[in-house]
Amino acid sequence: MAELVDIVSRVGKANEAMNVVEVSRVSKSFKGVKVVDSVSFSIGQGEIFGMVGPNGAGKTTTIRMLMDIIKPDSGEIKILGEPINEAIKNRIGYLPEERGLYRKLTVSESLSYLAALKNMRRRLARERAEELLKRVNMLPHKDKKTDELSHGMGQLIQFVATILHDPELVVFDEPFAALDPVNTQLLKELILELRSQGKSVILSTHMMNQVEELCDRILMINKGQAVLYGSLSEIKSRYRNNSVFLECDRLPEGLPGVVGNKNHMKYMELFLDGRTSPQEVLSALISKGVTVGRFEVSTPSLNEIFIQVVKEGR
Amino acid sequence: MNKTFIILKHEFWKTLRSTSFILLTLSLPLLAILGVGIYQGVHHWYHPAAPQEEQIGYVDQTGVFGSYTSQPGVLFVLYPDEEQAKDALLAKDIKEYFVIPADYLSNGVVTRYTLSREVVPSTKTTGQITDFLLSNLLAGEVSPQVIERVKAPLLLDSVRLDETGEIAPGQDVASTYIVPIIFATLFIISIMFSSGFLFQSVTEEKENRVIEILLSSVSSGQLMVGKVLGLGAAGLIQVAVWFITFVIFSRVAPGIIPALGALSVPASLIGWGLVYFILGYLLLASLYAGVGSIGATAKEGQGWSTIIALPAISPIWFNYFLINSPEGAVSRVLTFFPLTSPVAAMMRLALHAISAWEIALSLIILAGSIALTMWFAAKVFRAFLLMYGKRPALREIIRYVREA
Repeated sequence: MAELVDIVSRVGKANEAMNVVEVSRVSKSFKGVKVVDSVSFSIGQGEIFGMVGPNGAGKTTTIRMLMDIIKPDSGEIKILGEPINEAIKNRIGYLPEERGLYRKLTVSESLSYLAALKNMRRRLARERAEELLKRVNMLPHKDKKTDELSHGMGQLIQFVATILHDPELVVFDEPFAALDPVNTQLLKELILELRSQGKSVILSTHMMNQVEELCDRILMINKGQAVLYGSLSEIKSRYRNNSVFLECDRLPEGLPGVVGNKNHMKYMELFLDGRTSPQEVLSALISKGVTVGRFEVSTPSLNEIFIQVVKEGR
Repeated sequence: MNKTFIILKHEFWKTLRSTSFILLTLSLPLLAILGVGIYQGVHHWYHPAAPQEEQIGYVDQTGVFGSYTSQPGVLFVLYPDEEQAKDALLAKDIKEYFVIPADYLSNGVVTRYTLSREVVPSTKTTGQITDFLLSNLLAGEVSPQVIERVKAPLLLDSVRLDETGEIAPGQDVASTYIVPIIFATLFIISIMFSSGFLFQSVTEEKENRVIEILLSSVSSGQLMVGKVLGLGAAGLIQVAVWFITFVIFSRVAPGIIPALGALSVPASLIGWGLVYFILGYLLLASLYAGVGSIGATAKEGQGWSTIIALPAISPIWFNYFLINSPEGAVSRVLTFFPLTSPVAAMMRLALHAISAWEIALSLIILAGSIALTMWFAAKVFRAFLLMYGKRPALREIIRYVREA
């Protein structure tokens, strides 16, 4: 018995090290048009993975292939170490972009049916549903038909349905659409909570500020191809345009390595020659006795990178 | 628990609790109770007056027609001359009168006088006068028994023998006409409603966008099979309720409403009914599942569903052929064509006019068609569940199915 426990724990550890999602060179065409073109990426345990891209880039198709709703033409997908199967489906939560609920069923009925389809025990599902509904302040509405709920309320219920069965991998496709700021914040907290519990999350959205706020790594898809892939900080530093932002009382002449400047009214932007580090510029400023109010290495926002990449792709 | 079974259970209970299902299922028992109630009410309050014996006058110029003046329902009154007969008619003592002229025996002409406006004399009256004349003409020539037989030489009693020479049941009007038609109607209503519910359930999940959430938990095949079986089980409950109603009604009603005669539902009919219901339902349901998945909304699929429904109903229109020549070519074609065969075969079974090989062949054809449509519907189902755009043309459907 002790041996068995040991084996189980070792297998568990092996699983921890393994990627939760492993996609290699996956392609899909519709009517002869390549919607997803040889896309590869992997997602580790406990990370929030952002999937970004313009409309029609192939995000939803990629997600549907992950969920085994459509089959890829070529390439390989492994979820939790295996090609997707029924047992694996029980360990995934999916909130699609095209989503809804049974209008004639009550909130509890809808939730218990969807949980049953994930092979969840009835009683456990009921207990956890109450807990989660309480968390999103929807418990008083649990016996209402979804017909009677507002759009935003329906969305919270769908969110609950997605994580009800305690999935190890959760996929959210545009989860913040149609939510007010208060509920957006609530959802963000819940997503971060999932990460702290060691769950892996895929977040597909247009809202770059949300991605910047939540994601560890991202994949940007444009016209079916992966155009950016990696950790957010690494990508941002890659797109740094060699300038610093400066707020100070005066700008001295002849700073080493500075090839130009631009006045943004409240602050100055200094363009560096590429050989000089921002650190050297700062020490030169201080040595010249300049009072520095703000000194910031300029990094473009993800939004700017997004627009730049999409424009380059045209 | 198996996911197909979870879907089956969900669809089953959802249907059983829906108002339209409950109303439809209970409508037949309620109608039966109402029918018996109305009959009894009418019977209780309305007593038709006993038919009075009519009087018909006659003037006999031959002197032959003196006896047998009392025929069933009528009394013949002899008048010495036409004047007195006419007065009696105008005074409404008699309904009408006729004159048998002296040369009657040579040409058979009789003149009839009546106050009522009519194109042709009623068959009842002519029958009565004929009987009266016949009886008098034959009186003394043959025995009264022969006179009776001449008046009614044929009281036909038909008995059908089966292949073993035993007397086959069910040649009376009730089981010949009423049972098959009631049977076919209930059968069609139930099959149509069950598959209609299925159609609704598929389009509903597409319309309210639950479908993609479902497909992340189960395969499209599991979803389709679960739905088809779940709603089919609900349909069986409905059929069971109706069958029980019908059996009780056929036991109780003839005692209350004598006109219904002996309505009998043999056990074999119930057994075959079950088989044909299940097969007929599976065929229509798989067609509806496929069609339901193609349209984005219920409305879009409606046209298609009507096209499928028409042939399924058609045996009712052909009931003349099925009842009057159940072994004819039309009946055979209807028995073998998969969409019409459940109803046509059931009607012929109710008539006891179908042979074993025909049942076997129709079942084989049905089972084969079900396998084919199921396979095709599953492909269509998978290909179209996630498409919300405009309804595709037939050519596109075929291409998508090939790609799926």
